[in-house]
Amino acid sequence: MSIKWFKYSSPQSFFPLAGKLALWFGALALVACGVGLYIGFFVAPTDAQQGEAYRIIFIHVPAAWMSMFLYLVMAFWAGLGLAFNTRLSGMMASAIAPTGALFTFLALWTGSLWGKPTWGTWWVWDARLTSELILLFLYFGFMALQAAIDDPRRADKAGAVLALVGVVNIPIIYFSVKWWNTLHQGASVSLTQAPTMAATMLTGMVVMAFGFWFYSIAAALMRARCIMLERERASEWVADYGRGSA
Amino acid sequence: MLGVLRTMVCRDLLLAMRRRAEVANVLLFFIIVASLFPLGVGPEANLLRSIAPGVIWVAALLASLLGLGRMFAADYADGTLEQMLLGATPLGMTVAAKVFAHWVISGLPLVLISPVLALQFDLPQELLGVLALSLALGTPVLSLIGAIGAALTLGLRGGGALLSLLVLPLYVPVLIIGAGAAESAASSLGGQAQLLLLGGLLVFAAAFAPWAAAVALRISVE
Repeated sequence: MSIKWFKYSSPQSFFPLAGKLALWFGALALVACGVGLYIGFFVAPTDAQQGEAYRIIFIHVPAAWMSMFLYLVMAFWAGLGLAFNTRLSGMMASAIAPTGALFTFLALWTGSLWGKPTWGTWWVWDARLTSELILLFLYFGFMALQAAIDDPRRADKAGAVLALVGVVNIPIIYFSVKWWNTLHQGASVSLTQAPTMAATMLTGMVVMAFGFWFYSIAAALMRARCIMLERERASEWVADYGRGSA
Repeated sequence: MLGVLRTMVCRDLLLAMRRRAEVANVLLFFIIVASLFPLGVGPEANLLRSIAPGVIWVAALLASLLGLGRMFAADYADGTLEQMLLGATPLGMTVAAKVFAHWVISGLPLVLISPVLALQFDLPQELLGVLALSLALGTPVLSLIGAIGAALTLGLRGGGALLSLLVLPLYVPVLIIGAGAAESAASSLGGQAQLLLLGGLLVFAAAFAPWAAAVALRISVE
């Protein structure tokens, strides 16, 4: 049985699929975030050192993960669009950017709220915080560049080059903790060592991460639908959709 | 091919010499920005000594940003750039030659004047060399990264502010490492690690940035 992979690379056939997927992933995101927050607030034990303040970890860490992951996904779609000259890839990249910027901002915001009770300061110029701030600027730069270019094809390609150049920043974020040893604690979750936190805390964080992931998919697909309608407004299928028959 | 590149560098330098004021403006901007900091934070010698490498590096960063818009703009306006795109020389090499010429015009003067500025901040004399060396290794990286931004924003409305938004976040590692060189030399750790890292960044940027800028130029001109 052969699957027609390329069927969905055209906006016309992807549009209805994106609508269905967005609905399902939106529902999954609601469930996962609900379960994750329940675990975070009611099941996970109070931390011995930080008291209740640590519970912001269930938003902060998944948001920080997503902020970096979404930049990679965005760069992946952008690179795909640049290499194969497909229309939909560029649309996906520009649809992901605002969600990525949102999670970056959320990670910085919650981190600052967490830093005040535990470190006694809203902000420190530590490597990880600084890199996250730079990531936010990279998202803004990507969106500003695309907004400044009128021709959508050129906007896609120029954004793709910028996103791929910016990917160089992602390893710097990850390895900065090792390079500059400062106030920020080292990563407490790693793939090679046993986690140093209670199992329920880890479960809550992972469930929240999935919730944010599903939300990102749903939000990006909804935004991609809007971009498709805007860019393909001269085409037959958009006119049909406008009349309510598609 | 080397002949073509030499011609390209000589042409850009000659063009810059015909408009000496523009070259001087960047240098004057660098000096003025660096001189504003003592006026802003106060003339205490200890404070100035500790912020000197950072201030001089930030000023160099902003100054190198000033000239970036001009890297391709004139050639784009009079059609020379299209000829370069069509020419037989690989575009990446052409871009590398242009970046080198741009650095000689806008980066090298900053490196040469930086010891004098450092004296204004009462930086110990043994650190002057480290600071100048870090700038000599770092400013070409700024020109190389800036070339990508300049190519992407070619011919766009409000190019200057947009260019800063694109390029400044990418400058941050260079700034951190570059300013760190003189600082760690001051704390008797020695600045070798930072200088080696800067050298690594320079090699990395020299290998990939002209190529990325060439891709960006094709996108902007097509």
